[in-house]
Amino acid sequence: MKNHILKVEGLTKSFGTNQVLKGIDLDIAPGERIAIIGGSGSGKSTFLRCLNFMETLTTGAIYLDGTRIGRVVGKDGDKESVVYSPRTLCDVRKRVGMVFQQFNLFPHMSVLQNVMEGLVTVLGKSKGEARQIAEAELTKVALHEKLDAFPSQLSGGQQQRVAIARAIAMSPEILLFDEPTSSLDPELVGEVLRTINTLGEEGRTMLLVTHELGFAYRFATRVLFLYDGKIHEQGTAEEIFKNPQSERTRAFIARSSEFSL
Amino acid sequence: MNYQWDFGIIWSSMPVFGRGIVVTIELTLICLVLGLILGMLLSLAQMSRVRALQVAGRSFVEFFRNIPALIQLIWFFYAFPILIGAQLSPFTAAVLGITLNTGAYCAEIYRSGIQSIARGQWEGARAIGMSDKAIFRRIILPQVFDRMLPAFTNRAVEVAKITSLASVLSVHDLMYQGRLLSATYYRPLEILTAVGILYLCIIYPLSFASMMAERHLARKR
Repeated sequence: MKNHILKVEGLTKSFGTNQVLKGIDLDIAPGERIAIIGGSGSGKSTFLRCLNFMETLTTGAIYLDGTRIGRVVGKDGDKESVVYSPRTLCDVRKRVGMVFQQFNLFPHMSVLQNVMEGLVTVLGKSKGEARQIAEAELTKVALHEKLDAFPSQLSGGQQQRVAIARAIAMSPEILLFDEPTSSLDPELVGEVLRTINTLGEEGRTMLLVTHELGFAYRFATRVLFLYDGKIHEQGTAEEIFKNPQSERTRAFIARSSEFSL
Repeated sequence: MNYQWDFGIIWSSMPVFGRGIVVTIELTLICLVLGLILGMLLSLAQMSRVRALQVAGRSFVEFFRNIPALIQLIWFFYAFPILIGAQLSPFTAAVLGITLNTGAYCAEIYRSGIQSIARGQWEGARAIGMSDKAIFRRIILPQVFDRMLPAFTNRAVEVAKITSLASVLSVHDLMYQGRLLSATYYRPLEILTAVGILYLCIIYPLSFASMMAERHLARKR
């Protein structure tokens, strides 16, 4: 019996001697939309990046659909040594998609090619099939008129929507958003948030690191407040934003001035 | 100065110059192509995860970049045969020397080109499950080639110039023919001037191409 799709156990992450994540446990059920909030330096982006192994874990384990990712090859006291083969990581990333703050589109490829790339080189689909899927996804993010444009010809909001189409085209089981609107001009934030919201309505499992607390409130089924590398408080959006238990959570939400429920 | 110019000698020497030009162009193309391939291998070695390969690649590059090309050529012609116990033809020795030198420079062009691609490109591609090999081939290299084009055309110019050193090994290139003709007819002023102009005619198109490549790149950004 498993009711979680992704499970995180005792996750820590250090950069050199600086411990950024200090032990995180989390169960994610299918269809959950989780917003991760917290101040800068709280470790929220690092945590998200550990989930698809953009960062390697220092200690701890991640289970996808009940299967532990990586192979434990030995134990040194409490610390396990785990091997993550390149193939394992590629497999995980097929199933756990990510959208970045800086879009990370491929500048030498057209919008259509950007979305087709993973379908062809990773999933081994034919060009024709990949094209069909890519066009459908680009239609979903309202960019069907920009198929042949290059990323440099698009606005930031459009670029981020291409990046979203590129991620969902792979049909991931989980989608990670790492501050997807933080590098956008204010007037472009809305279109990207609307796109993310639509994906949520489709019942996708999503984790979102964001500073847009208003959006987090409307969007999330669960909110995690990270502080000092730990989940300081979590609950429904209603609980966290309207009735936080911890003084620290309350202060953080009050400080985020642009936030209005 | 009442020097009696004799340009006739240049026209009558054209067939000889022509043979030299062919050899110069051959040498340039062979060394450039081999150097590009060698440079690619050297830069891959330097970026490999295997420490021994890194050190070997790095040492090779520093070795061949920091010794004058003329010494490398002469070494391959006069010293290397003693090591391997067989005489190399002047042309082969010249190809070896110039290729290794060019490879070392090309390795640096590749390396800095590849490192100039932002980390986000790797991450964006990894996030859709691409393997490092696929990322390198599909995402990084195509972008690198664009950026490296001006540097490579510059390198082609340099290679065309240093092939003239091969005349020291009596490879029958343009420089060699020029010196031979000038010694034969005692007309160094006309003949060596002509040699210079002929080199200009071979190399300027490359420089021009380099300039165009840079403009093309600037427009794309």
